[in-house]
Amino acid sequence: MSEGPSPNIALVGSPNSGKTTLFNALTGLRAKTGNYPGVTVDRREGVFREGPHQVRLVDLPGTYSLHAISEDEAVSVQVLRGELEGVEAPDAIVVVADATTLERSLPMIAEVLLLGRPTLLALTMIDELKARGGDIDLFALKRELGVPVIGVVGNRGLGVADLREQLLDPASWTPSQNLPGGDTEARFAWADALLQRITRHPVSESRLTRRLDGLLLHPIFGGLIFLAFVTFFFQAIFTWAGPAMDAFAGALDQAADWTLVTLPESWATDLLADGVIRGVGSVVVFVPQIALLFALILFFEACGYMARAAFVVDRIMGWVGLEGRCFVALLSSYACALPGVMATRTIPSPKDRLATILVAPLATCSARLPVYALLISAFVPAAPVFGPITMQGLTLMGLYLLGAVSAILFAAIFKRGMLRGASLPFYMELPPYRFPSFSSLGLQVWRRVQIFLAKAGRVILVGSIALWFLLNFPTVEPPEGATEAGAAQFQIENSLAADMGRALEPVFGPLGYDWRINIGLIGSFAARELMVSTMAQVYAYEGGEEEVEGFADLLTRADPATGEPLMSAAAGFSLMVFFVYAMLCVSTIAVVRRETASWRWPLFQFGYMTAVAWVGAFVTYQIAS
Amino acid sequence: MSGALSVTPPREPISLADLPRVGLARVVSVKGGDATSQRLRELGFTPGTEVDFVRRAPLAGPLVVQLRGYQLALRPAEACRVLIETPTGGQP
Repeated sequence: MSEGPSPNIALVGSPNSGKTTLFNALTGLRAKTGNYPGVTVDRREGVFREGPHQVRLVDLPGTYSLHAISEDEAVSVQVLRGELEGVEAPDAIVVVADATTLERSLPMIAEVLLLGRPTLLALTMIDELKARGGDIDLFALKRELGVPVIGVVGNRGLGVADLREQLLDPASWTPSQNLPGGDTEARFAWADALLQRITRHPVSESRLTRRLDGLLLHPIFGGLIFLAFVTFFFQAIFTWAGPAMDAFAGALDQAADWTLVTLPESWATDLLADGVIRGVGSVVVFVPQIALLFALILFFEACGYMARAAFVVDRIMGWVGLEGRCFVALLSSYACALPGVMATRTIPSPKDRLATILVAPLATCSARLPVYALLISAFVPAAPVFGPITMQGLTLMGLYLLGAVSAILFAAIFKRGMLRGASLPFYMELPPYRFPSFSSLGLQVWRRVQIFLAKAGRVILVGSIALWFLLNFPTVEPPEGATEAGAAQFQIENSLAADMGRALEPVFGPLGYDWRINIGLIGSFAARELMVSTMAQVYAYEGGEEEVEGFADLLTRADPATGEPLMSAAAGFSLMVFFVYAMLCVSTIAVVRRETASWRWPLFQFGYMTAVAWVGAFVTYQIAS
Repeated sequence: MSGALSVTPPREPISLADLPRVGLARVVSVKGGDATSQRLRELGFTPGTEVDFVRRAPLAGPLVVQLRGYQLALRPAEACRVLIETPTGGQP
């Protein structure tokens, strides 16, 4: 470790000030994310070294003033004042401000300077200021404020080396004594007068932004472009991530097979191959999709389009009782509820955020797709309806629509009921369009993938190991002369899982499910993606997992023992509806617990979704049979 | 905008939600003393600040205004807390 002093410096600034890009440029990979104690506000900390010295940096949530009105703003203010328990007060503060919007941010800069701590002002977007014809006398600004002022271009690294050097010695950053006390009005009056003195040439408006907004926010074209954006988003996360996901899945399958062949035959080898490797595999397979999803969200966020998308859908979301920014989180949930729930952090109002979290798992996540594919190809005829559109395609679309409509409906119910009222005003800055920094984006994507792996990985690994034990214990001797498949079947019929499946029959019997489907449901509770593989084991399907048709065909065949089909069509439809609503995913429960900092909401969510799923599936079964 | 040049006695201020599409507007005050009103002041709606209309989403959706060198989207519910004056007073 270093010998020199190790100052602890806090980065504070308004949203869109380029603060996070600057933080990433300073700390790179040596940063970690977590939560502040007791609240669900991102805590980003990092270190950087300059010669023998080490500097610790903390990136505080963006805030427009020190009069906090939301949870994350409150955290910023408490940390700055050294009032947050368990977090040490910073030795010095770096205020990050966009050089093109000083007219708005100077009053907050004054507020921070008035805290009396050593402070430095980092002015970002200096290149954009020049490009838009603006010119500010930074020396005069430094003289007036009494603290160092450094111009930086975070996304190109300009000025960052200079800033690093300055950060080593915060003791000399003493704010001026001539700063405005008093109210907001007095601070703005002071800021206006100061700007008059230091502005050589005012910044003109971004012509690119005006032109692009004329199109992207147009009452008609804006809406069409938004629809095209959503289509593009879906297409990207479902088809572009496909090859990478298939490659991951293939490699893991090979690893599991290799383990089975190479290691001595024992239950430990089986556990390693089928429990651990395939279990971890079912999580890792989603990494390309989640990384791509976050890369797209963060890219469109950084270049300025997400704020426009939120503007375009705000009216529609308003009917439900939510706001435009909730849309992004719901959209993400179509890949997976975990990133969707994590993406709700951009929603400032806690009530809107909670309502969005509560309905996010109703969006059809990609883990449901294999289940739908199996059930649809088993029970829905492929008959053409119109042109290339078949009954099967329409059914799949119907299931997606059912999820979407239900999400909207329940959001409306929650916002009109227990989450009534706007606790925060709606306002949203529309920043100029900007070209994002790819290294900063990469770091942010990486941090989110880490959270996903840590959360989902642990839960699904434990779940798939537990499931393996349930299916393989107690060990029974197969009857004389049984084939290998018959022996495996006999083992499962006498396993703990089968006991549990039979014990659940009174609960799920009215929905048309027998003990075999119940085992599948137990498996899918660890992760929906385990449903198909568990069912394949239970029904002793010998083909590969990709061969949906073969497995679907098997499900409709008659059970040799009873003469009835293994799964009835009514049970199949009932199961589809159950999957639309049921919160069959421990990882989502864990993430909701983390994001709401209590067990109350995940339990409520689990309760309402299970109840709706049961009733929906019951009605479907009764009608279909 | 037929009355733009006529000299009339001071009129009642209008709300920002009724901001005219063209012409000059200045903030008179922000109604209320709660957190929302305080935040509107901190976003720069202080007396005398010039506000320009940028666009309005259809169906009484949010309004985009330009003030202090940046653009801000507000819903009508928040915008109506900001009182403005125009050369033609209360006739947007």
